[in-house]
Amino acid sequence: MTKKTNIPTNRKLHSPDKAEGFQVQRSFPQLVLLLLCATLIFSCHRKESAYNKNVLPNQAIKDTLKSTEYAVEAPPLTEGIFPCSDCHSELEPNPERRTLDWHEEITGIFDHDSENRWCLDCHDLENRDSLRLASGKLLNFKESYKLCGQCHGEKLRDWKVGVHGKRTGEWNGEKEYLLCVHCHNPHAPKFESLTPEPPPVRQEDIQ
Amino acid sequence: MKANKSRRSFLKNISFATASALALSSCELKSLDKFFQKNFRTLSKKEIDQMIKELEEDYQTKYGKEFHVSAKPATDQTLFGYALDISRCIGCRRCVYACVEENNQSRDPQIHWIQVLQMEKEKGVDFAHSDVHYNPEKVPEEGHFYLPVQCQQCRNPQCTTVCPVKATWQEPDGIVVVDYNWCIGCRYCMAACPYGARHFNWAEPNVPADKINTETHYLGNRPRLKGVVEKCTFCIQRVREGRYPACVEVCPVGARKFGNLLDPESEIRYILENKRVLVLKQELNTQPKFYYFFGV
Repeated sequence: MTKKTNIPTNRKLHSPDKAEGFQVQRSFPQLVLLLLCATLIFSCHRKESAYNKNVLPNQAIKDTLKSTEYAVEAPPLTEGIFPCSDCHSELEPNPERRTLDWHEEITGIFDHDSENRWCLDCHDLENRDSLRLASGKLLNFKESYKLCGQCHGEKLRDWKVGVHGKRTGEWNGEKEYLLCVHCHNPHAPKFESLTPEPPPVRQEDIQ
Repeated sequence: MKANKSRRSFLKNISFATASALALSSCELKSLDKFFQKNFRTLSKKEIDQMIKELEEDYQTKYGKEFHVSAKPATDQTLFGYALDISRCIGCRRCVYACVEENNQSRDPQIHWIQVLQMEKEKGVDFAHSDVHYNPEKVPEEGHFYLPVQCQQCRNPQCTTVCPVKATWQEPDGIVVVDYNWCIGCRYCMAACPYGARHFNWAEPNVPADKINTETHYLGNRPRLKGVVEKCTFCIQRVREGRYPACVEVCPVGARKFGNLLDPESEIRYILENKRVLVLKQELNTQPKFYYFFGV
């Protein structure tokens, strides 16, 4: 019996009549607060869904608006190697970290924090024609400086203002940037030493 | 009027005429014109155009190529500045030879406007113990750093104040230039320059015709004469057209930076405001517009 009597009481509490009555009693500031909360929740969800959309695998590579700020020379890809999907589309993607028995030209020289990093830290597993940020966002090879900038933020900052690296063009006009990879091999980035041009003639040797 | 027909006057006139004929026959009228050419800064637009036309013809005859000699003046609101990243330079001397090619420096006897000094890291910037003749197989060498020195384009240039004929001066955009046609070769400016940035043509400059750069400026890289002083002009023929100097373009490590000191958005201003910067021989108050900085 007690059960039977209890149930209607509970139902009464959640009845629409009661709820409407409760809402009528709300003050104006409470309503504004409610509206604000709703907007906040809606915008957060929207942001999250946009973020998810960007980082989902197999998405098309999109150039972000910011990339148009920097006119860069075409990335120095080895001739005939791009698009990578020409070969990789027929291969089963294997995310396991291992020593490759392919790409000897890269594995042979790889010296870029090799203890902690390997191919798929920068290349995407699913879309072989693109690079991949730590967030999972895919990146065109033209924007590879963003990938480098994940760790070398200070260098990226200097590069953007033309202090690190080289810009060509006009000192008061259009400038073209070289990508990080034009000077640094991404797989072994230490700048290689060069053979110097001949020294000047010694004074005693001038006839 | 009674004509003077004395033997004395006849001899006087005939000897005067012979002497004049002899003097004039040894030099053409054109060379006479050149001899009496005024200082570049006092020439009118018409005179400059005429002189440039003649120079272009002369160079074409000499090198068998069409030359362009510019006399483009400085642009308003421009003051050129230069910055060199000591922490990046590897001493490869690419800049030295790019400069030679761009600016038609004499190959033999050799003239280099840029000297790359190798210094020991332990000693710091120490000119007395620097070496310009280093020649290892590969650079950079362990324990060394490199300091390229060229004209520092001083705001307070001593080389121009000592010139007895005012053949060298600072242009409104800050470039110190030489009028080779006005220079008398006294080399006072070389003695006054604390950076060894001025060079003298002891012999007729020798540039092979196939190596000559035909895009020139009157105050810059046009072919020079024997007995005149020359120096770096920030590649005046390039920078006044908006381009970067040749040494900036060739540097394989991007250690060389160039721009307008009056433009707050320029990379040179960014460096001055954000990096550790030094100038050479600051105590001499030459106030160079050539800065050295540490990028890292």
